[in-house]
Amino acid sequence: MSVLVDKESKILCQGITGSQGSFHAKQCIEYGSNIVAGVTPGKGGSTHLNVPVFNSVAEAKRETEIDVSMIFVPARFAADAMKSAIESEVELIVCITEGVPVQDMIEVKAMLNGSDSILLGPNCPGIITPEEAKIGIMPGFIHQKGSIGIISRSGTLTYEAVHQTSMSGLGQSTCIGIGGDPIKGLNFIECLSLFEADSATNGIVMVGEIGGSDEEKAAEFIKDNIGKPVVAYVAGVSAPPGKRMGHAGAIVTGNEGTASSKYKALNDAGVRTTDSPAMIGEMMKELLDQ
Amino acid sequence: MNLHEYQSKKLFFEHGIPVLNGKIANSSDEAKSAAEKLQSDIWVVKAQVHAGGRGKAGGVKIAKSITEVEQRASEMLGTNLVTKQTDAEGLPVNQVYIESGTSIKSEYYLSLLVDRTKESWTYIASREGGVDIEAVAEESPDKIINYTIDPLKGLEMSSLHEMANGMGFSDDIESQFISITQKMFEIAKGKDANLIEVNPLILNEDNQLIALDAKISIESNALFRQEELLSFKDDSQENELEVKASEHDLSYVSLDGNIACMVNGAGLAMATMDLIKLHGGEPANFLDVGGGATTERVKMAIEIIMANPNVDAILINIFGGIVRCDVIAQGITEAVKSTAIDIPIVVRLQGTNVELGTEILEESGMKIISASDLTDAAIKVVSSVKG
Repeated sequence: MSVLVDKESKILCQGITGSQGSFHAKQCIEYGSNIVAGVTPGKGGSTHLNVPVFNSVAEAKRETEIDVSMIFVPARFAADAMKSAIESEVELIVCITEGVPVQDMIEVKAMLNGSDSILLGPNCPGIITPEEAKIGIMPGFIHQKGSIGIISRSGTLTYEAVHQTSMSGLGQSTCIGIGGDPIKGLNFIECLSLFEADSATNGIVMVGEIGGSDEEKAAEFIKDNIGKPVVAYVAGVSAPPGKRMGHAGAIVTGNEGTASSKYKALNDAGVRTTDSPAMIGEMMKELLDQ
Repeated sequence: MNLHEYQSKKLFFEHGIPVLNGKIANSSDEAKSAAEKLQSDIWVVKAQVHAGGRGKAGGVKIAKSITEVEQRASEMLGTNLVTKQTDAEGLPVNQVYIESGTSIKSEYYLSLLVDRTKESWTYIASREGGVDIEAVAEESPDKIINYTIDPLKGLEMSSLHEMANGMGFSDDIESQFISITQKMFEIAKGKDANLIEVNPLILNEDNQLIALDAKISIESNALFRQEELLSFKDDSQENELEVKASEHDLSYVSLDGNIACMVNGAGLAMATMDLIKLHGGEPANFLDVGGGATTERVKMAIEIIMANPNVDAILINIFGGIVRCDVIAQGITEAVKSTAIDIPIVVRLQGTNVELGTEILEESGMKIISASDLTDAAIKVVSSVKG
């Protein structure tokens, strides 16, 4: 088993003919992901990367069976792309696009709350179940099938955690990059529940960063709901308050959202935390060997 | 993107939110003629900087004559204003806003912001205006009124009335207040404003509500559809290197230490800084070269890093996913050769084409210290500056 996606997942790529969409969809197909269709308005009827291209998600959904949509359209069209996937009742929507205006996300989330669709992202690396399905921009070769579920707000830092769990021989059940945008789809709590219920997952790695209160809320949730071992790292201990570090949306104001407040909440919840991202893999191995 | 007070008030005026008459001035001469045109017997001279807390820092001065306006303006212009929201260096005052004076019966607080927790817009209002609202929220939370808009329903009149009543407003003043809140929402949606703050909102002797101060922050990701606001951008209020970096799609934040970092990805960049600190060093900057780093961008990144005179060593940490290690290595080699860098450079490469990248660095003949992993890299760079 795994979480959210596996080799049976039938994937649609919105924006498949664009440069980003095309490049990454090709890599996903090479990894073995089952991409069955693409959408680019105005290019319906053509074929790209050997898959049929449709004008809209609705049209694609009428013609083929689709479980997941992977979105690569430019930021200014991303909200409409997500909305059309929600309207067409696509089960899982993975939006990779970076730079979606936050007020657009207010509308998308309001629409999502009344639907059965699940949204991952935007501004995220995507989701991968090693050796089964890669839906996103992560380098496939660093992953190894195994037993650790990884949830991360950061892109390249996820790769670091993946690399370490691969090196220590644990491997990954599924890795979910939830992205760092202020208003987004799946958050730590939903992913923690999924991994807790997944029989292939023995341990969970959480990679957080400064800003917001998602890690604090996750810590509160872990106390009563998660029995599997959790290892957490929070990036940004050294970030000065009030400074914005990159596009990840990591902003610290006052005491809320600082690395120390997140570490405290996680430690109080019984999570094993590490102040070094280089220790994530080793610490998980130690916990599982106990 | 932050707006100056005078720019925010221009938007307020265009949308019908009451503001005082005012004029912007770039020199004390301009301040003098602005004051003359405003036809008042009392004026306020306000430093235009992207920071709050101006009043206490001496950036807002009352003047009782035209000569005094000129004098206050010339005192402020060309200086740096240090407030509790700026760093020790402060922000340059290049413009002053000259406003006619007003009577003040009472002061209130009102803002509308994108609330990430509630995933919608939230109004914050308080009868305690003109003060540090965060302190009010902490000490007496009962004095703060919140209203979060249901995005599916939009503004609800009943909630606006409730908020007005909570502020103690009735009759005509209540209508004025509701009209202001509605117009703020118009600006929030129409201009992609993530924050609109009026502190204080005042009631004058004639029972008119007026926005005495105004602060607006525009969503940077939405600037593609707010082109008319681009002329409001004021780079003088930002760190020079940070502006230069953003022009090259690099995300750079200047810090106080002496170990420069160049990393791909914001999270990994923060983690790299954390590790430097964990092993006893101090990072000189945050720098994310991004997902699509080219040789040119790596060169530019190194140039920006080296523009900081405090830098004693560089740590380059790349986890190649989409970015290929050989491209990064090529950029490092070219940059080092063209800028004659003579400080230690520690490089840790991992991921796509790592062997090729390492080979390029080794063959370059440069004094580059290779590191096998994150910890090794941090330890090596810290020991290189400690000698």
